[in-house]
Amino acid sequence: MANIIVDNKSYAVDERQNLLAACLGHGLNVPYFCWHPAMGSVGACRQCAVKQFKDDKDQSGRLVMSCMTPAANGTRISIDDPEAKAFRASVIEWLMVNHPHDCPVCDEGGECHLQDMTVMTGHVYRRSRFPKRTHRNQALGPFIRHEMNRCIQCYRCVRFYRDYAGGRDLNVFGAHDALYFGREQDGTLENEFSGNLVEICPTGVFTDKTFFHHYTRKWDLQSAQSICPHCSLGCNTTASERSGTLRRMTNRFNSQVNGYFLCDRGRFGYEYVNSEYRIKHPLVRSGTDRTKPRMPEDVSRTLEFAADRLRKACGIVGIGSPRASLEANVALRGLVGPQQFYQGIDEQERQLLFTILNVFRTGPVPSASLHDAEQADAVLVLGPDLLNEAPRLALALLQSIRQQPMERVDELKIPQWDEAAVRNAVQNRRGPLFMAGHRQTWLHEYTTDHYFAAPDDVARLGFAVAGSIGPEAPTVPDLSSDVRDLAQRIADALMHAQRPLIIAGTGSGSQATLEAAANVAWALHQQGKHPRLNFVLPEANSAGLALLGGGSLNDAFDAIRQGKADTVIVLENDLYRRADQANVNAFLDKAQTVMVIDSLEHRTTAHADVILPAATGPESNGTFVNQEGRAQRFYQVFVQNGGVKESWRWLSDLARATSQDVERESRVATWRTFDDAVSATAMVAPELARMGEVAPSASFRLVGQKIPRQSERCSGRTSLVSHLTMHEPPPPADQDSPLAFTMEGYRGPLPSPLISQFWTPGWNSIQAVNTYQNEVGGPLRDEMPGVRLLEPVATKAPAWFTSIPHAFQPASRQWLLLPLSAVFGSDELSNRSPAIAERIAKPFLSLHPSDGARLSLENHSTIDLAWQGTTYSLAVHFEPSTPVGMGGLSLVPEVSGVRVPAWIDLFEAIKTERKRRAA
Amino acid sequence: MTNTWIYARNLVIGLWVVFKRTFSTPVTVQYPEERPYLPPRWRGRIVLTRDPDGEERCVACYLCSAACPVDCIALQAADRPEAHDRRYPEFFRINFSRCIYCGMCEEACPTNAIQLIPDFEQSEYARRNLVYEKEDLLISGTGKYHDYNFYRVAGVKTCDKDKGQGANEFPPVDVKSLMP
Repeated sequence: MANIIVDNKSYAVDERQNLLAACLGHGLNVPYFCWHPAMGSVGACRQCAVKQFKDDKDQSGRLVMSCMTPAANGTRISIDDPEAKAFRASVIEWLMVNHPHDCPVCDEGGECHLQDMTVMTGHVYRRSRFPKRTHRNQALGPFIRHEMNRCIQCYRCVRFYRDYAGGRDLNVFGAHDALYFGREQDGTLENEFSGNLVEICPTGVFTDKTFFHHYTRKWDLQSAQSICPHCSLGCNTTASERSGTLRRMTNRFNSQVNGYFLCDRGRFGYEYVNSEYRIKHPLVRSGTDRTKPRMPEDVSRTLEFAADRLRKACGIVGIGSPRASLEANVALRGLVGPQQFYQGIDEQERQLLFTILNVFRTGPVPSASLHDAEQADAVLVLGPDLLNEAPRLALALLQSIRQQPMERVDELKIPQWDEAAVRNAVQNRRGPLFMAGHRQTWLHEYTTDHYFAAPDDVARLGFAVAGSIGPEAPTVPDLSSDVRDLAQRIADALMHAQRPLIIAGTGSGSQATLEAAANVAWALHQQGKHPRLNFVLPEANSAGLALLGGGSLNDAFDAIRQGKADTVIVLENDLYRRADQANVNAFLDKAQTVMVIDSLEHRTTAHADVILPAATGPESNGTFVNQEGRAQRFYQVFVQNGGVKESWRWLSDLARATSQDVERESRVATWRTFDDAVSATAMVAPELARMGEVAPSASFRLVGQKIPRQSERCSGRTSLVSHLTMHEPPPPADQDSPLAFTMEGYRGPLPSPLISQFWTPGWNSIQAVNTYQNEVGGPLRDEMPGVRLLEPVATKAPAWFTSIPHAFQPASRQWLLLPLSAVFGSDELSNRSPAIAERIAKPFLSLHPSDGARLSLENHSTIDLAWQGTTYSLAVHFEPSTPVGMGGLSLVPEVSGVRVPAWIDLFEAIKTERKRRAA
Repeated sequence: MTNTWIYARNLVIGLWVVFKRTFSTPVTVQYPEERPYLPPRWRGRIVLTRDPDGEERCVACYLCSAACPVDCIALQAADRPEAHDRRYPEFFRINFSRCIYCGMCEEACPTNAIQLIPDFEQSEYARRNLVYEKEDLLISGTGKYHDYNFYRVAGVKTCDKDKGQGANEFPPVDVKSLMP
């Protein structure tokens, strides 16, 4: 710690910081633009000038940029010095010379860092009478709007997009005062993290296009913490609503998980909540004839009908879901009984999740959070295509490759925040990042080495690495020399690292890669290293579902086929995404009664006899367990109209209705509030015991008050519904959380899950998160970053995984078809958002060029592929990265029912080929 | 005894004052036959005005609703693709049964769209008739401010104004030029 003196007051700060961060950490307002806690300082905007004095006798001092000056012990500065203030005021006056007069029609207005800083510096009147510079805008795709007139040339956008997120298609053009930040020509921003530009840009050059179409100012939004449901990473988001529609998703800082950034799927995938395909009312088909339409019914009659069917049922099958909250799954498990509860995922996926849980339960190596991944100094990826399966993790890895070169930076005594100097010192040096898999993405440009092979070969590489690290780990005998060399190089790199990280995933459906990853991590642990393991899982709550246990979907099918049960309750699950169409059809047809609890219409709801409208994530309270085993709470943001209820509440009501005359002991029937659901969940499995600590319970009060979801300046209270009723109905009561659907209640420091939006007087933009941290970039005050449910207990490596697969052998007529996940297209919910839907690529089949030649196909031609009872129209892509003898099938909505990985005879399956039209 | 005299005297003085009024002209205004003069800046009924080109002035910036101390203004922004995303309110509702005619909305309005006019005759038998929608609020004229046209001075492009054609704007930058 160092002491700095600011305006004659002493403050204890971390000497590794710069003065700007140190001042902001103590709540001292220093205006800034180009600096960002995650991206360091470049000293470009000159806005954060303060006066530095040599010692206490020095009266004149000198102006320094606080972001470029280390917070060394004894530093004496003044923020309020008249000369420094005048300097800052003139800097902002220059910036405002060309800034247009369009705040009323700017989406950033009211949460604009430029507005805040202008007010902070006291620049009020425009003195310049000269014309303003203008720019032409670009069409940047469905996510981002562009308005270049507003630009203040802080360079944050290109620094984020190019340097931080690895994007290529945004750059700065032009010279002097005519700088242009945009693409070379109009077109969609390609990078998977482009949405962060909305928050990175201190003014309104880049704004959220989805928000534009239903725009509301920040102060009018009713907000609460949400957990992103679109992949397994569990990024924290702030979901915001106004008059019954979800308006936008913004990043919510969590020091352990997503930090300052989100991926585009998470940011723009929220509109499924407002989809026209939402189920808003209970629907019932009273007869047994499935061709008859279902009729809307009120809630009590529906429950009565459903309960009647459940009472008459001879056996109920409950199918859970990895996209439903833990509480909803526990409710279903309680209603039907643990023996009749099935996980709603196929057998293979269940096995993979089981293996992963076992690795964490029995092994000595802990799982890695996203923060740990950013800090890792050597990374080995075995299998998953991170950019498409878990994009935020790919962004974390882009930061991890800077960790090892930072040692050189430290040697040179360059502070780590001094971004320009760091880049100069680092040059093109990158820390070790090895990626093995079956698909090439732009992330591979950042790897030390990569290896494209079949999952079995990837696993063999992993086993070989483990064998090279620890003599006790099993080795792979029959390995080609170049793979053996690669394994040796990877092993050396991991052994030289302080915090190595091994990543594998369930995406390729390969058990062996998971086991290989565990072996590598355990071998490293045995050598005294502190490795971490990270498994990319299929869905938001896959880990939670695995903790609950239960049979697979195939077991559920068997139960119905064998007549053990005749009634099915499907919880938030589209079975057609998880099993063969024929199997699901047979299953649903055989069942007497099919009840579906879901929020969106899909193929499974089409077969249901009873549909209960479920609340989506932002309309419900719940807990997700992410891929590292971190349980995180999401809160209800708003109350949806119609008969929409949270799934667990439907199940609890159903249990109550069912047990009215049948004396069946079902604890679920006694649930009244969300807290009951949480405490019941905590008792289901030993790992879930700490569920109650995830976030404050509903009885939590501060100064005896609830915590408002709305801002102090939320408007329209007396007129928003006055066209419907003059009586100004009270806001809905919330018995499930300490939050309230009003603007009234406690204002002040809060535990982090209860913060509605980041806002402090004078800090209206998302940069206000600085004022919620004790140290800029560090954890929030009273942060509750979720509870890690899986911590290693063993200290020694358990039994090594020894089943090393044989090398992959291409077959003469068969191809191994593997899934290619798509960041836009593979997630069920985000696909229903119009902006994401616009970005979904056409389905394609990727083949090695030699295989393409063998099949006498032409690159970019279109084929009809008849397989598993359906014909798919696919484009053919020749990819040299696709291993010979394998094919990659992009998982987009058109092919969502396909079961891959599987072997396919392409000679047989390809029915017709339409040659590409000559361009 | 003296008290009685004081009471009697006061009574006579009071009666005399009342008697004197018999010969002065009355102050009662015969509303509604006679109407009082209300100055143009009098704060009465709220209207939404149009710009000199006849387009809606309101750009749905939400500042009036934020400024309103009784929260009686509600609106929703929408965009018109045919007018190059020119913002306008999809609905604009004022609950006059809550309005206190403070004029804060007019003060907050950056486009002079919302204006209070010298009209106070809004009495209704039913409260719901005091809820005014955009159709009820929007007038065809410019109101008190005749010349102001926000989109002429704002930097954004609209259907009839390209970048650089606004007041006090340079033509759009040619990024490829290296001229100083």
